Amino acid sequence: MFSYCSDPSSLEGFSWLACYLTNGKHMAFYGSFGVVMVLLLITAPAALAFGFGGAIAARSAFLPLRWFGKAYTSMVRGIPDIAFFLFVPFALDQGIEWLRHKAKCPDWEEPIRQGSDFVVCSVAKMPLSSSPQWVHETYGFFLAVLAFAIVFGAFAANVLFGAMKAVPRAQMETAEAYGMTDRQAFWRILVPQMWVYALPGLSNLWMILIKATPLLFLLGVEDIVYWARELGGAKTSIFAYPHPDWRLYYFLGLLVFYLGLTKLSEMVLSRLTYRLSHGQATMAGDAQRKAAA
Amino acid sequence: MSCLQTIQDYALRSIGIGERLLPRTDFTLCEQVTLIGSGLIWNVYFGALALLFGFFLATAVALAKASPVWAIRKPAEWFIFLFRGSPLFIQFFLAYETFVLLPKSGIELNLGFIEITAATSWLTRAWAGALIVLFLNTAAYTGEIFYGALRSIPRGDIEAADAYGMTGLTKFRRVIWPTMLRLAWPAYTNEAIFLFHATTLVYFSGFPAWKQKGDALYYASYFADKTFNPFIPYPIVAGYFILLTLVIISLFGLINRRLNRHLPQATRSRIRFKPQVIR
Repeated sequence: MFSYCSDPSSLEGFSWLACYLTNGKHMAFYGSFGVVMVLLLITAPAALAFGFGGAIAARSAFLPLRWFGKAYTSMVRGIPDIAFFLFVPFALDQGIEWLRHKAKCPDWEEPIRQGSDFVVCSVAKMPLSSSPQWVHETYGFFLAVLAFAIVFGAFAANVLFGAMKAVPRAQMETAEAYGMTDRQAFWRILVPQMWVYALPGLSNLWMILIKATPLLFLLGVEDIVYWARELGGAKTSIFAYPHPDWRLYYFLGLLVFYLGLTKLSEMVLSRLTYRLSHGQATMAGDAQRKAAA
Repeated sequence: MSCLQTIQDYALRSIGIGERLLPRTDFTLCEQVTLIGSGLIWNVYFGALALLFGFFLATAVALAKASPVWAIRKPAEWFIFLFRGSPLFIQFFLAYETFVLLPKSGIELNLGFIEITAATSWLTRAWAGALIVLFLNTAAYTGEIFYGALRSIPRGDIEAADAYGMTGLTKFRRVIWPTMLRLAWPAYTNEAIFLFHATTLVYFSGFPAWKQKGDALYYASYFADKTFNPFIPYPIVAGYFILLTLVIISLFGLINRRLNRHLPQATRSRIRFKPQVIR
């Protein structure tokens, strides 16, 4: 980074630290904060979409679909989320390879599960063993995002299902009186109104999602926890920047990062709640009117 | 090997009783069910003890946060913010690294007349270190729940207590505390459920599983890695946890009934699910 960094062994004090904190591995460490933010930004809308689908399924008139929706929304209650995070990428990976195997190698004779092995033909491997490293990493990250979206989609479905039920019944009856079909009433009346009711639950969910991001480490993604362990571990003198076990300081850094992120979200969300309850016929809206008068 | 033999060998494997070696080849369903069930002992241990100790600290934290004295209120607010604002996963790592850095020989305590050496190595073991983290974590979450309940105690109840001439500890023990618990109980039930779920993180977050004594999810991932088939061990874990959740709900439901026994049937609060999950 700096010109004087070419010979780390000659450095002392502050300049050593400056060089240490800007070496290549630390740049990768700072980049992994970006990975966390990317995960948050992809997962949040994906989970919302899953949740919307789940909520619609849970209130569907078609019985099997309703069962599916109910099962999906209640599964997160009894089963630890970490079990899902370990299971979903693993299962999806095998599922995708199995489907590709069926499609691409129809005349493969041997069984796929041979004892403790999962064997598919080499063209069905996902990603192909010849693909470059970044494809493998992106694929792993994609599976992780999908696992997050499925778990948080179930939470979001719970919230949205409750919010849809909270919209006053009279609103839907009015829509019916105007001759709207079920579909029209749903999209034009129910969906626009439910967000105010869903907001407290969704903002709670956002905070939980932030706090779930270090679990990426369990899924084998090189995230901030991975780098904190990697960089913080004691380095002997064969490394350019030898130092004792500093993992504690790296994890303190992560703690501060997360505290800052949750605090910032809390501030933004409370501002958003304030804006959205403006003019609403709720207690928060009433309080605003009284304060203004 | 018959299933009965497997149960004898592995039912208490997670606490070090029975066969030392884990199964390595030809995994049977019976082995998976037994060993994962054996791991559940640790989940119950962590969850139950953290909940028990956390309950008392949470009451103290909630009272401190409601205190008008700045010097008492601020530490409680910071405690709650620190543990609720950061991921449990990071807290585990941080605690483990801290405990590892403590001197291995123990800390010399000088009590003036005698010097004692406090051993520290047990803190790096999951049974103590992770329990401390879970205890502080649940105390913070529960403290916030209790604080909210404390603030929503009907004013009439407190005025009635005053009218009876109750003060200080009597008023707290007879009126404020029971009402606070009654109001907080549904939310506290959810907190308990998710605390038990959070115990599955212990062996994935720095704390090593010593001599392969781990919790239910630890053994499940062991089997999934060995057999390369996630479709058997993880559903077993899921089944166990659904049972555990049902047990928690019914136990807390009984306590809820007792807390609400003086109220007319219709106004009793039922326990409802609110997702307040992953730490």
